[in-house]
Amino acid sequence: MVATAGSIGAFILGGYVGPIAIIVVMAVLAAWAAVVGPLARASLLLTLPIGISVVLVSVFTRAGTHVLFAIGPFDATVEGVDFAAQTLVRLFAISLSIGLFVLTTDPRALVFDFERRGISPRLAFVALATIEAVPTLIDRATVIGESQRARGLDTEGGIRARIRGLLPLIGPVIISSLTDVEERSLALESRAFSRPGRRHLLWAMADSGWERALRWTLLLALLAAIVARISGRL
Amino acid sequence: MAGVSYRYAGYREPVLNDIDLDLADGELVGLVGANESGKSTLCLVMSGLAPGSIGGALTGGALTIDGEAMTGRPLHEFSTRVAIGFQNSATQLSGVTGSVFEEVALGPMNLGLPARETVERVNEALATLGIDHLAEREPRRLSGGQGQLVVIASLLAMRPRHLVLDEPTAQLDPEGTRLVGEALRSMAGSGTSLLVAEHKTDLLDDVCSRVVVLDAGRVVEDDRAAAVFADPRLDDWGVAPPSRVRLARAVAARGLNPAVLA
Repeated sequence: MVATAGSIGAFILGGYVGPIAIIVVMAVLAAWAAVVGPLARASLLLTLPIGISVVLVSVFTRAGTHVLFAIGPFDATVEGVDFAAQTLVRLFAISLSIGLFVLTTDPRALVFDFERRGISPRLAFVALATIEAVPTLIDRATVIGESQRARGLDTEGGIRARIRGLLPLIGPVIISSLTDVEERSLALESRAFSRPGRRHLLWAMADSGWERALRWTLLLALLAAIVARISGRL
Repeated sequence: MAGVSYRYAGYREPVLNDIDLDLADGELVGLVGANESGKSTLCLVMSGLAPGSIGGALTGGALTIDGEAMTGRPLHEFSTRVAIGFQNSATQLSGVTGSVFEEVALGPMNLGLPARETVERVNEALATLGIDHLAEREPRRLSGGQGQLVVIASLLAMRPRHLVLDEPTAQLDPEGTRLVGEALRSMAGSGTSLLVAEHKTDLLDDVCSRVVVLDAGRVVEDDRAAAVFADPRLDDWGVAPPSRVRLARAVAARGLNPAVLA
């Protein structure tokens, strides 16, 4: 909810004060969760590619009366710089919100909580299996790569050599993954995965009174911001 | 199974031909045969996964479980009656659980059991196989043998009335194999019927009351374990007799009385 309120709030509020307040809150929460470094890196990586293009487009194409300097036919205006800065702050607030969510939420906890709230176990499994498949695929590719190298495949050196070395890995990784999927689905069927009806989960995420109150407060604040924005008060 | 024949999708010839096989409650039956004799396919058909999940077609015969005709029934109706374990633990672990405890609990949870009963069953299954110390471990970080024991524990926790295991000890060391053997005996003792496909005939010789030999998709012998393992045709069917039998034959070949081994 914090991530949703942070990212949608930054999008709705605009200006400097709202998004900067969100950045400060996210920074405090990141410090509390001891993920300041990873969050800063992830957010910069998320923001930079879009940020650079936003700055270039906004600074040089935004119409304005105060020209700072000119490059060829393009004028950099104060209004353009102001708009680019506001957009950057917004983007950074959104990426911090999403980044904090990813870094502090165990995917399993999220999916099991979804299931506790009524989402089908099958859907929850598919979501989780998709997330968990990434490290498994990486492990598999590493093992197949090592096996191929042991049989003389050259995967070191320049880019061309690396690309050549990559091709014999793709087939085995994909085919073995498909085989695994079939075997895993058989094993799951045998463990009553397709049985209709609800499951009794073994644990539930701690959800204290103040957390519920915070979620409702954030939701109401978000709705108020949306209404204020639509009605032109923001 | 009465007169069951099965062929895979895209194949003309059946892999299983006219299989008759009955398992009584509490009976522990071994299934042996050379590679590609049809053991794994028989396990899949018996558990309803073939043709239910993998396709293909039953070209003859019928499958009956606890007196109910099961041919064409939905898979989840099989899973509450028959559990199946395969030889590769890596693909049998769900891949979505964070600990061995959760992994073993997956089946009982899917059955819709109350949390307390699930926990009780998981603890019992882990203790039976001597792997309670692994409860908090991440399944992805287990060795092949440990993973296989966890898979078998997952099946034990479902307390199926019928259990089919396809080479359950393929990745296990002698101690792990012994523990699995004890677990199988204990399950049979509590009324579960078991079919165990294995190349390790020593294990089958130790725990099975009856052994079925499969050759080219047909049952070529179905008898008491001692009688099957003493059959000289076993080598022709690509099955290595248990060490007890081989030792007795070696002793006899040297002109000694095999009775001295007793």
